[in-house]
Parts: sequence; C-alpha cells; structure tokens
Amino acid sequence: MSLMLEPSPEMIKSHREYAAMGLTDEEFAMVENMLGRTPNYTETGLFSVMWSEHCSYKNSKPILKKFPTSGDNVLQGPGEGAGIVDIGDGQAVVFKIESHNHPSAIEPYQGAATGVGGIIRDVFSMGARPIALLNSLRFGELENTRVKYLFKEVVAGIGGYGNCIGIPTVGGEIQFDSSYEGNPLVNAMCVGLIKHEDIQKGQAHGAGNIVMHVGAKTGRDGIHGATFASEELTDSSEGNRLAVQVGDPFMEKLLMEACLELIQHDALVGIQDMGAAGLASSSAEMACKAGMGIEMNLDLVPQREPGMTAYEMMLSESQERMLIVVKKGSEQEIANLFAKYDLEAVAVGSVTEEKLLKLTHKGDVVANVPVDALVEEAPVYYKPSNEPQYFRDFQVMTNVAPVIDDYKETLVGLLSQPTIASKEWVYNQFDTMVRTNTVVPPGSDAAIVRIRDTNKALAMTTDCNARYLHLDPEVGGKIAVAEAARNIVCSGAEPLAVTDNLNFGNPEKPEIFWQIEKAADGISEACKILSTPVIGGNVSLYNETNGEAIYPTPVIGMVGLIKDLAHITTQEFKNSGDLIYVIGDAKTEFGGSELQKMTEGKIFGKSPSINLELEKLRQQQLLRAIQNGCVASAHDLSEGGLAVALSESLFRTNLGARIIVHMEAVTELFSETQSRFVVSVAPEQRVAFERIVQDARCIGTVTNNNHLTISHEQDGLLIDTTVQSLEKAWKGAIPCLLN
Amino acid sequence: MKFAVIVFPGSNCDIDMFHAIQDELGEEVEYVPHTADSLKGFDGILLPGGFSFGDYLRTGAIARFSKIMPEVVKASAAGVPILGVCNGFQILLEAGLLPGAMRKNRDLAFICKQTQLKVENNTTMFTTSYKKGETITLPIAHGEGNYYCDEETLSHLKENNQITFTYHMDNPNGSLENIAGIVNENGNVLGMMPHPERAVDCLLGSEDGLKLFQSIVRNWRESYVVNA
Amino acid sequence: MYKVKVFITLRENVLDPQGTAVESALHSMAFESVRDVRIGKYMELTIDKTNQNIDDAIKEMCERLLANTVIEDYRYEIEEVVAL
Repeated sequence: MSLMLEPSPEMIKSHREYAAMGLTDEEFAMVENMLGRTPNYTETGLFSVMWSEHCSYKNSKPILKKFPTSGDNVLQGPGEGAGIVDIGDGQAVVFKIESHNHPSAIEPYQGAATGVGGIIRDVFSMGARPIALLNSLRFGELENTRVKYLFKEVVAGIGGYGNCIGIPTVGGEIQFDSSYEGNPLVNAMCVGLIKHEDIQKGQAHGAGNIVMHVGAKTGRDGIHGATFASEELTDSSEGNRLAVQVGDPFMEKLLMEACLELIQHDALVGIQDMGAAGLASSSAEMACKAGMGIEMNLDLVPQREPGMTAYEMMLSESQERMLIVVKKGSEQEIANLFAKYDLEAVAVGSVTEEKLLKLTHKGDVVANVPVDALVEEAPVYYKPSNEPQYFRDFQVMTNVAPVIDDYKETLVGLLSQPTIASKEWVYNQFDTMVRTNTVVPPGSDAAIVRIRDTNKALAMTTDCNARYLHLDPEVGGKIAVAEAARNIVCSGAEPLAVTDNLNFGNPEKPEIFWQIEKAADGISEACKILSTPVIGGNVSLYNETNGEAIYPTPVIGMVGLIKDLAHITTQEFKNSGDLIYVIGDAKTEFGGSELQKMTEGKIFGKSPSINLELEKLRQQQLLRAIQNGCVASAHDLSEGGLAVALSESLFRTNLGARIIVHMEAVTELFSETQSRFVVSVAPEQRVAFERIVQDARCIGTVTNNNHLTISHEQDGLLIDTTVQSLEKAWKGAIPCLLN
Repeated sequence: MKFAVIVFPGSNCDIDMFHAIQDELGEEVEYVPHTADSLKGFDGILLPGGFSFGDYLRTGAIARFSKIMPEVVKASAAGVPILGVCNGFQILLEAGLLPGAMRKNRDLAFICKQTQLKVENNTTMFTTSYKKGETITLPIAHGEGNYYCDEETLSHLKENNQITFTYHMDNPNGSLENIAGIVNENGNVLGMMPHPERAVDCLLGSEDGLKLFQSIVRNWRESYVVNA
Repeated sequence: MYKVKVFITLRENVLDPQGTAVESALHSMAFESVRDVRIGKYMELTIDKTNQNIDDAIKEMCERLLANTVIEDYRYEIEEVVAL
C-alpha cells in the first residue's frame, strides 16, 4: 500500500471507506463535527481504532461503572497499564488480565504468545518486575482435530513466550465446552512486584519533553488488530492472518530489563506499552492523561519495512515496543541505556501544550486531531437489554438429582471429564519455577509465590464457571468471584483485589447485553461484600462464530496476601489419622454441574445459589483457623462436588480416606452447592478448629491405606476403591483425548 | 570461594544461580556480563539456564561466540570448576567444552517437572557429597534436552566414567542412555539439564541440589589447602 | 554479490522427532505413500563479493555457526546476482 492509493477525504465519505474500518455513519459524522472538516485517511484510521470497543469500551463503559474500584489498599485502579495494591513494607502488587481471543482463533501459537507478551508489558510499564503469569483458557470439546490443534498450539504459544522470557507460569484454569469451538478464549494474567516509589504512569507531561519509540521496529503487523478484536469471527476470518502479530520473547526480555533500569532514571517522565492500536493509542492516551498534546515526525519512526504509510505506522501492532516520554536533553543518555541491551530508543516527537495529536510524514501534516476526541469523546452506547426466553425456562425448572447406578463409576467418570481432569499435560509445558520463588505450582486451588527477603507470599488464581453464568449470569457472576476468593483463602491468604476479563458475545444482541449487565451486577455485588475491588481488566466482546455466542465468561483473576509463610496451606491431606471436615451442607443443586453435563449431555435448570454473606463468614472463619495453625489441608469444593474434592485431596499423597455421609447420597457426593470446603485437621486441633469454624462437620478420617472409602449411614458402602485407580483416570483423561 | 554467574542476553536462571550461592551456600558470587573479557579472581564459573540470544538458530549456538567464552575455555584448561545448567550445558556443548549435541525433546514439547536422577559418578568435584547410585530429585525445564553423541564418543564417556547423572526410571526427553549430565575428561566441567539451583530450599520442594554446590566448595577448599 | 541458499538437515542416523510427527500426520490424512519426512532449516544469505573464495567462506560459516556438525549436515547453493 502506498500513499497514492489512499482515498481522499471526499472519497472516504462518498464511498463510506470508514465503514470498512469499523466506524458507523453516525460515528463518522461525529468525527466530522469534532474536526469541523472531513478527516483524511490517516485520521479516519486513528478514530476507527481509538473508537473501537477494544480501545474505547464504548459498549461496556456503562457496565464497567458498576464495579467497585477503590479500597484502602488500592494504589492504582483501572485506567493505567495495570492496577496496584499495597501489600505493606513499602511494596505493592501489580496485576492485570487481558484477552487475546481472536488472534488465537486465527493463529493459535502466535496469538497466545503475543497475548502473554502484551500483558507482561502492561505490568513492567508500571515499573513493576513481573513475577508470575497465569491464564484462563476455553476451548470446544476435545473431539475434533481443529479444537485439539487450537488447544495444543495455544498451550505451546503460552509456554513459548513465558518460558523464554523467564517469568514462571504458575497457575490457570481451563474449561471445555462446545460453545467455544470456533472461538477459543485465551486470557493471560501477569502479576508484578513494585516498590511504592517506583510506580510509573503513562503520561506525557511537560511541553518540550521528548517522545521516544523504544524496542522493536515498527512493521506492518497486526494493522487494525483492535478493530479485528471488536468484530465477530466468521469462516472467512482465517484469511485475516495478516492482522496477527508475531512475538519475540527474547526481544521482550531485553526490553523488560532495559525498562526496569529506565524506571530508576530521573529523566523518565512517562512510559506506556504500545499494545492494541500501537502508536496511535499509546501517544494519544499518554497525551490525554496528562492534558497535553504530542507532535511526531513519522519519518523518524524506526521502520522494519520500506514504504510504510502514516496510516500503517500509527495502526501497526508490532510487538515488543514501548512509547516513553523523557526530559528534554536526556535523549542521548536514554538511547545509550537502551543500547546496552542492544535496543533502539529513537526520539520521534515532543510533548506540546496544545492538546492535539499532530503527525507529519515526508514533510506533510498527515493528521492533526484533538487527543481528547480520540481518547475521551468516543461515543458511549447504552445497548438495549432483553431477558432471554431460555433463562425464563430454566428458572421454572425444579432441582432434581440425576439418577446414578454405580457411585464409583460415576466418580471415575467425573474425574475423567476434561474440565476436572488433571491439567498436568498443559502445565508441564510451562516453566513454573524459574526465578525460584514458586512455593505452590499449578494444580492446587491457588498458586503461591513467595516474596524474597520477606516472610510473605502472594496467592493467585483465575476462575470462572461459565456454565453457571449461562444458566444465570448474575448468580454465576457472584460465584466466579466467590470461588476465586475461596481458592485464595484455602491457600492461607487474605484476598486483596480482582482483575476481570469480560468475555461475551455480540453486545448488539439484547440477550447478550442482558448477560453482560447481569454478570456485572453479580460480580460487583460479590466484590463489594468480599472487599475485593476491581483494579483493572479487559473487555472482549463479539466472541461469536457464525452467529453463535460463547457462554458468558467473565474470568476473575484474584491475588491474595499471605502474611506469614507458616500460613501456606495446600489441598493435599497430610497425615494419617487427621480428621476430615466438610464446611457447609450440600443441597440438591445440579444445574450446570459436571454430573448433569456428564449424565444428560447438556446443562439446564437453575445455577447453584449463593449467599454472599454466608460465603464471607465461612471464608473468614477458615482463614482464621488456618492462621491459628489448626488446619492441615484445605480445598474448595467446586466442579464435581465432594467426591471429586476428596479425591483431589488424596492425589499426589500415599494416603487414603474413610468417609461416612448422612444425607441423600447423590447430593452429598456430587452436588455443587457453593461456599463449601474440604478441610483436614490434626486430632489435637479438633477443639480449636471447631470453635472457630461454625459450619464444619466431621465426615471421616485420613488413612494410610491408599483407599477412598465412602459409606452412607443407612445405605452402607457407596465407594471403595484405590486412590491409584482414581488418579490414573484423572491424570490420563486429557492425554488420552489428545491422542 | 568466589563464583561468577555468566549473564548472556536471554539468560533467565542467572538470578536463581546467584541466590543459591549467596543465600544457601553463603559463598561469594558476582554476575559477569557476556561482554566481559576476564574471569580473573573467580574460583568457580556458572553458566545459567535460559534462552541465550533467544536460542535462535540452535540452543547455545550464538552465545558460544560471546566475548567471555574464550575466557571460559581458558579457565576450563586451567582446571577451574565450570558448571553449565540447562542452557549453560547447551552452550558448553556448542563451545566444544563437552562432547555431543542437544536435540529437541522426544515429544517435541517443553517439559518442566521434578525428575528422579541417579548419581552415576560420585567422584567428580561436583558430586562427592552424594552417594554413588543415590537417587535424587531435581527439576527440569527445557525444550531441547535430548542429549546425543555418536557411538565412539559414548563408549569414551563410559570408559572415562564421564556420565555423571542419568534419569532414573523415566527418561523425560529421550536422551541417549538416559544421560542427564556429563563431565569433561578432566572432570572440572559439568553440564547437566536438571536444575540443582532450583532445588536448594525445602520450601520450594527439594534440597537435593545443595550437595552439588557443597561438593564444589568442599573440593575447592581441599585442593586449595593442599596446594597452599 | 552472491545469494546463497543454505539447507541444514539432521544427519541421516539422527532421529528426527519432528519429521516423524509430520510423517504420521500425513499418513493420518491419507497420504499413505509418504515414506520419510526429514525437517531441516533453510537460510538465505546475501553476501558481498570479496577476495575470499565464496565456497570457503560458506563452508566456514556452516561449520562454525550455521550447522552443528555433531548432528546436522549442510549443503548450499550459490547464485551470483547483480546488485541493484
């Protein structure tokens, strides 16, 4: 593409060229109105990406307003690269989750890899040292070769990037459901550590200060990626591979180390990742946040390919680039700093008083637009919302327990469900321990990373059971937050805050918008009650393939603080003779459960209910019991219910368990009633534990015979099997489906 | 004893190596950039894991042409203990300080997990604190640890007792003869895929790597006392 | 100026797991006639003319850096081109 081929402003208007870039007729008219003239090609491109859902949140802004975003410890809420929470001793934790769904559907390896790269940059652009990565993945059922291919490549891509850059991938979650078949979800989360005084902002202050382009050169990769992320996938999207970027984790490792050195430099004014919409969004946002303007000479932008146009340079999503603003006169010093890492830092412009983004290329002014118009004045849409018929149908159904012949076979079947089965095949491909701080690697409720030179650690998790959200987005939204907090508490940590990744279908459909609205209501309420503010996140809409939406999937990333390494708790039973407790009673709640999916082949009915006050109380009591040293192991009760949780508490040990249940057996063993835990307690701690945790009921003891034996008070023996055979089914399920 | 941790662009286990020496062993340690031209004053040299130069072309292939490498070669000839772990092992192979070459893992995927190793030779300066035949647990984390050499080299390795560690029971990457680590003929250069520096603290799952570093220090001290 | 194409493959006697994987994938796609797949690397080098013999230079590059002759073989093609 060369300048000569670019249509004139008149042609853009008369031929509706803007429509192909993603702007509506009304939006184009708004742009004309703001500028007082018809925008040229480059300017139209700037508005189209800056006003895309991905950059402007134009459809989700009213939703995002619902979330509680402040709290005593919140140092940075939404709006910057990542949110920040104080953890004491002058330190803070920085974290954010982000999606790379559409790129991963088209080119899974690079899509997933660059998703990881992007979220890492968001964290180190705040001045933080990234210390851990997590992910949340959704795929179709592991039945056809395309899904298997996507799964394998996404996992390889995540590993390829994280392993090379040397940040451990410590946790995550994966679910499989046919609604994700054409539109997998790839959400990556990064957690970083920072000293308060090192916190940076992406702001372009000080007229005359210098804007520098840092890191990799700008190429033609990913042009219009932000717009692409804001459209539905169709069968023809495969041809859209041009929009997918290629990652270079080696370059990013150098860039990260250089930027972390730069943070300590007095000359640094502001720093921001060039992520979605590249140079366009980073420059406009940095100027807007500071109430300033930016002037750039695009001839100076380091270019990987000859003949790039202004439009291409501004919209390129080439990876491993940052935009920095430094004090005037320090350019050479900064360039030298980057040169030590074999990186380029090139002055491309300066900060101006006038709040304009002014671009010149080959002697011409190619864009001159108000930064506020690009960043803040994007239209906001209040989409119509409509409660879908399917929801009304589900709500009138009564809860019934599925009929079961053989309890042991049912348990083996549940442990072999891909969503429950061991994800070892996945996380064995991730370097989970590099930097030697990973105390609890993937496979537990929450991952735990110690903070070197302190007696503290961080617990982290990602969670979302989208089946519940499909049945009831509001209740499902509450459960997603509650389950994340439950995982954090089980590990001995106090939940701090949330980052969320709202993955939904096309918001222009009233039924989808209703899901978004309701899910956000549920998440907001849970975050308020559990005191975990939302400090940042990402919205990914239009997750549909050929008109079919994914299940509503607002992934919750949560981080908690362990104040004393002695509080670290894992899910495995520890000693023969310990007492096994379940906290909370089961109700007949099978809507969206693994058992329902397995026996009926589909999900329907009401989602399990949740009482957030009760949830909070139980979490607080359990955490106090852990902190008082009364708890040997703790595991949250989730997919598959009690029998699965007991099995998981036995895996990787040589122990067994003898259990006696009292209520209706199917409900006791397999119901997914919320706010429950399986806990083991040493006999000498019995009194202390029971005094702290009200709803705990002793159901059995840990044995040393490697058998899981479950009996019913009246009906007698339900399950008696070796743990080994259960573990074999659990471990073998995913490799078996892949071969 | 003073150790050097050589830092190549893309090294990422340098910090782990550093902390293992400083915090767990209590010995002196310094980072040395790949652009340095001297290793004077160092009693032990550590080549850490990672993805030096992105592992582009082949693992370790570009790193071995770094400015510091001739100094590593010199130190090797002088009998200085040199330990290359993971990418460090790959660099030592490319540099010709150890025989053989690395291929992609048998199953083509990166593998990170705890592995059981057998100490085949406890007479090297890196392994005297272990028992011969002892089984230890060390983690691996690599995509190319599938060791290969021709038959002649292999029989040479065996004759000279250069095979130091082998995978016990389960070979994770397909390496020849389950080889996990080898020393050079002199016995002062050890290359191994498993990470001893990740196994020096009970809190993180294993302490079995500690003895390797303790062996180096003990043997250095003894030879120092003898020579002094 | 020379345009040099360098082909690097695993030595005949070295197992090529990537090649084996691709071969079985092709078989599963009903290309049963495929007998053997070897995967290698292909590089394009543009080299200015100097006094040094181009063959010697390429060989040295291959032996020292581009190929690891413990496990890899190399071959190359040299094409002389006119600089633009």
